[in-house]
Amino acid sequence: MPEFKRPHALTDAYLHYCPGCTHGIVHRLVAEVIDEMGIENDTIGVCPVGCSVMAYDYFNCDMIEASHGRSPAVATGVKRGNPDKFVFTYQGDGDLAAIGTAETIHAATRGENITVIFINNTTYGMTGGQMAPTTLPGQITQTTPYGRDTSEAGFPVKVCEILSQIDGVALAERVTVIDPANIKKAKAAIRKAFEFQKKKQGFSLVEVLSTCPTNWGMTPVQALERVKTDMIPYYPLGVYKEGAVRNKEEA
Amino acid sequence: MSKMTVEFDRCKGCGLCITACPKKIVAIQQEKLNKKGYYTATCTDDDACIACALCAMMCPDCAITVEGGKK
Amino acid sequence: MAEKSLMKGNEALAEAAIRAGCKCFFGYPITPQTEISAYLSKRMPKVGGTFLQAESEVAAINMVYGCAGSGIRCMTSSSSPGISLKAEGISYIAGADLPCVIIDVVRGGPGLGGIQPSQADYWQITKGLAHGDFHVLVYAPSSVQEMADMVAKAFDMADEYRMPAIILADGLLGQMMEPVEFADEEIKMSDASNKPWAANGHKGQRKHNIINSLYLQPQELEDKVVERFKRYEDIKANHTMAVADYCDDADIVVVAYGSTARLAKSAVDAARKEGLKVGMFRPVTLWPFPEKELQEATKNAKKILTVEMSMGQMIHDVKLAVNCSKPVEFYGRTGGIIPAPADILKKIKEMGGNK
Repeated sequence: MPEFKRPHALTDAYLHYCPGCTHGIVHRLVAEVIDEMGIENDTIGVCPVGCSVMAYDYFNCDMIEASHGRSPAVATGVKRGNPDKFVFTYQGDGDLAAIGTAETIHAATRGENITVIFINNTTYGMTGGQMAPTTLPGQITQTTPYGRDTSEAGFPVKVCEILSQIDGVALAERVTVIDPANIKKAKAAIRKAFEFQKKKQGFSLVEVLSTCPTNWGMTPVQALERVKTDMIPYYPLGVYKEGAVRNKEEA
Repeated sequence: MSKMTVEFDRCKGCGLCITACPKKIVAIQQEKLNKKGYYTATCTDDDACIACALCAMMCPDCAITVEGGKK
Repeated sequence: MAEKSLMKGNEALAEAAIRAGCKCFFGYPITPQTEISAYLSKRMPKVGGTFLQAESEVAAINMVYGCAGSGIRCMTSSSSPGISLKAEGISYIAGADLPCVIIDVVRGGPGLGGIQPSQADYWQITKGLAHGDFHVLVYAPSSVQEMADMVAKAFDMADEYRMPAIILADGLLGQMMEPVEFADEEIKMSDASNKPWAANGHKGQRKHNIINSLYLQPQELEDKVVERFKRYEDIKANHTMAVADYCDDADIVVVAYGSTARLAKSAVDAARKEGLKVGMFRPVTLWPFPEKELQEATKNAKKILTVEMSMGQMIHDVKLAVNCSKPVEFYGRTGGIIPAPADILKKIKEMGGNK
């Protein structure tokens, strides 16, 4: 049976996240994949603005803190200057799917050889729970106090569905981390994303349905339940696109 | 013998580990607050632990270490 | 030395960037800097570098941030409205102490303005580029040769002081063709070997590097900013550049930079031919502004005339440099209209330029 210990790619720092926030699980999965692939020495992570803004303190690989929404552009700059290194971004939904939509879409269209870890928790966590691009219809947030009215505030952005239409995407997969079985699948998806990058096969993104107990006004355990009952029906889990887009060189 | 240990000051008492434990032997102790002010998770029955590490897998703070294989 | 070749200012600048080891260029089309992108899109693949046309100026400057953060020499170029979009990214680059070169081929503004030459970005570039306490190095070439020379200088200074450097040019210089020769004949792409701070993979040989501008503790942020300003003081003391002509006996000293300095110089030459005691002072670094040099050049002057392609922006730095100890007058055209030497000469005469 497995022993369990902290992955090396995760620093010893105490995470600043709220109790039960699943950011920490996803951080650990990324770190485990970095460990298992043995790539910490050659990996550069790019963190966003949002709750995970200080992720640079949590990963033992080199880290760059980007401005809000620009992580895919920053990662592009790192990757183009260092094509043999591994570059990943770690972004929330406001960062990736609102202010950073253009950077996300265009890094994807270029088939930029980077890996994006996308945390979808349907809210702006760090600023105190405002409506995110991914906030569900009817969801109450600080800026949708009567529930997200789609006639006023529009509809949620479905990132994997959008990316599935883009030729430069090697992987667009939606997972969650609400229980051990799903955590295993999430880790496998993250590993797959880094493997695509290793083979220089294009843009890979793993969307992780996550919780924000604090801003959802729930206990951590209730929050896991909400992912199951409310989020997964709107954001179905699964692979939306998979396959090398740059296999000419490989062939 | 299997052993699940929780790093006292790292734990935030969120209880996600409890949901993952197939043996139902993880609980939040109500006796001592850690330096961040949380009651922490603990294994209530070391002998019953099968070292499956699901609790650790579920822990957002990487506060749990699991040692030893199956008895 | 290499042979001289006839090149456009923008192309000379682009070629010089490659020779200075610029490995990656991230751009977005905007008039009148297009030749830089077009040239680099042809040249970069031939020399093992990267040319990337980004989805926006915002993305381009953030690509520079990432690439510079990994220790690679890189550059972006734009024109005024595009520089406004890059401003946020430049603040982050300054806040993370990263070296890079940014080209601003200035056009008229505000708003979309026009596409003709202008110097109306002086304030933006030297003063209010973006949020926060910081400066950028600013170089103002006034010939095609200087367009080339200053790129190498800008990269070196940016690396030495870990800060962004800006070449402030305009469409006149960008489009002008003149003979140029390049200092660096051999092309050697940069790497991060002399940048121990770079985030390019720690190889297991050091603690992880973090490129960041976030400091939540006020004391930590103040310390960081104060340290940066100490570097700025060093630059101010040692790295100002200016050219002074006929200033020793001049009653009136004309101050102009960039392409306007060429026009002003023509007017000053004409004035001298008529026997008027007029001098010419050209700041080459706009930040830091060459205050000591200007004080020296104007110590015998009775008046100063500032000539700009704007409504008068550098004039404030000129007044500050001389502590308003003598009258500083202004002549300028804006909106893309180039001041004619004859009109500058007329202004000199109105100011009472004496024989």
